[in-house]
Amino acid sequence: MNIAVLLRAVPDPVEELEIDGVDLDRDFLGYVLNEFDDHALEEGLLIKEETGGTVTVYALGTADEVEQMLHTALAKGADTAKMLGSDLDVVDAHGQAETFVEALTGGGFDLVLSGVQASDEIDGQVAMLVAAGLGFPHVSVVVGTKPADGSIRVTKEYWAGITADYDVALPAVLGIQTAREAPRYVAVARIRQAQESGNLEELDIDQPENGSRMTITEMRLPEEGEGAEMIEGDEEAAVDRVLELLQAAGVR
Amino acid sequence: MANDILVFVEHLNGDITDATYELLATARSLAAQTGGSVDAAVIGTGASALADDLGGADRILVADTDALGAFNPQGHAEMFASLVETRQPAITLVPYTSVGMDIGNHVAATSGQPLVSYCLSVDAGDGLSGTCQLYSGKVQADVQVEADRAVFAMLAGAASADDGRSGGAAVIENVDTAVPDLAITFIGTAEPEAGDVDITTEDILVAIGRGIESEDNIEEAQALADALGAALAASRPIIDQGWLPKTRQVGKSGLSVKPKVYLALGISGAPEHLEGMRDSSTIIAVNSDPQAPIFGVAHYGWAGDLFDFIPELTDRLEG
Repeated sequence: MNIAVLLRAVPDPVEELEIDGVDLDRDFLGYVLNEFDDHALEEGLLIKEETGGTVTVYALGTADEVEQMLHTALAKGADTAKMLGSDLDVVDAHGQAETFVEALTGGGFDLVLSGVQASDEIDGQVAMLVAAGLGFPHVSVVVGTKPADGSIRVTKEYWAGITADYDVALPAVLGIQTAREAPRYVAVARIRQAQESGNLEELDIDQPENGSRMTITEMRLPEEGEGAEMIEGDEEAAVDRVLELLQAAGVR
Repeated sequence: MANDILVFVEHLNGDITDATYELLATARSLAAQTGGSVDAAVIGTGASALADDLGGADRILVADTDALGAFNPQGHAEMFASLVETRQPAITLVPYTSVGMDIGNHVAATSGQPLVSYCLSVDAGDGLSGTCQLYSGKVQADVQVEADRAVFAMLAGAASADDGRSGGAAVIENVDTAVPDLAITFIGTAEPEAGDVDITTEDILVAIGRGIESEDNIEEAQALADALGAALAASRPIIDQGWLPKTRQVGKSGLSVKPKVYLALGISGAPEHLEGMRDSSTIIAVNSDPQAPIFGVAHYGWAGDLFDFIPELTDRLEG
């Protein structure tokens, strides 16, 4: 099976964010691979190990992080990596999807995988928009797959752990929530080897344009401790108060 | 009609989800602004039987067919898209859920409408606008739609489900049930496996999130849970890493819990997590980021390092 996996760099979820106008202040913002895309890559590698074929990873985003993401993917077992541009500005989900569609068209892929969502997708989910662009059937919130001949059995999570199985004719797009196994670890030495492998190709594309047809008029952070009574002081003071609260709740 | 609101009805095993009723409540307030009708489209096996439960809609569009199964990501999406095409609603509402994600993106893309996602509120007073949550709930953004019509994917809790259960004219209209050729076949549904601990029945939950940093630190959180007589629960990133079993997951794709005390440690509070624990009696949150959205639903909070907090509380409980 020939599989494409779409990777995106997103602001590091552990970072404290700041606003600049109607966007994040991105000057010192760290980016990491969207965690759902990491699961999509893992699922792609597992399917390849079962069926043979290839995994090609595509990525879009800010240059340094993207290169790092792609080299890591190669080190994990992807065959080819394609970087869509080297210094592109951030673009909305519609713009990202359009760029991925352009890169994937005519690629002859049986399966396109990406993370089910990313934290910045205010205008829709890239994986599903790519499916629409390619005219492929799609399933989102996929938590497992079982490839067959010409089709794939996918498990979709509805809610609260309730799942449904579907047979999906190929080619198809899947929005992966969780791979069957936790994303594999790869040693730094392997990533260095991948950097020297020459399997990373940079595609020459124009700066994608936003396609959401909506404008962000205001962006803001929630107020500090909004709603909660904040406990002042060090951990000892915090624990004092928490012990009182446990007693008040009748559990101590 | 150009001022109507169309709601996608999400249902499983004969039950309409609360998410759907929340959409109907949102649709009702939008219809007051647009002067249109609240239409609810219910598609799939057993759709007719659900019309009685859709008293919150003015028109109930029923496409009852056995050909799709419980939910078919392609079949339901294409049938709903054809309703959007023929009815031309001003606003289409879908839930921001597993089912709604397949529907909303497909309908928006095929009808050429903007899709406003992660949406907390919609307004039709001055064009179409909305407020969305981004970056796992850490940021709120107001958006103005640059089109006359749009699809909105609404987060849980955007309106009260009870407000969407009644109040409509509830006229039933059967619509075309011709199912398109499908590349996706529904096989069946499965319930989650029971775990060693049922976190929905515990009085106290110690819930850990990304802030726990590594699998090695889980032992420390477990020791605190033991000292408290609590069960250990977690947000999705911990489960996805395989550090705790799925049966311990709180949130949209996990379980909804209402313990007497919910102690959230290193959980930032993505909307998907808050959905599963916001009704707990007492919520105490510890997070190093004072702006973490968890403090928006917590009753009490301490902005500090959980690795200072956990041993201190464990020692005091044991001592």
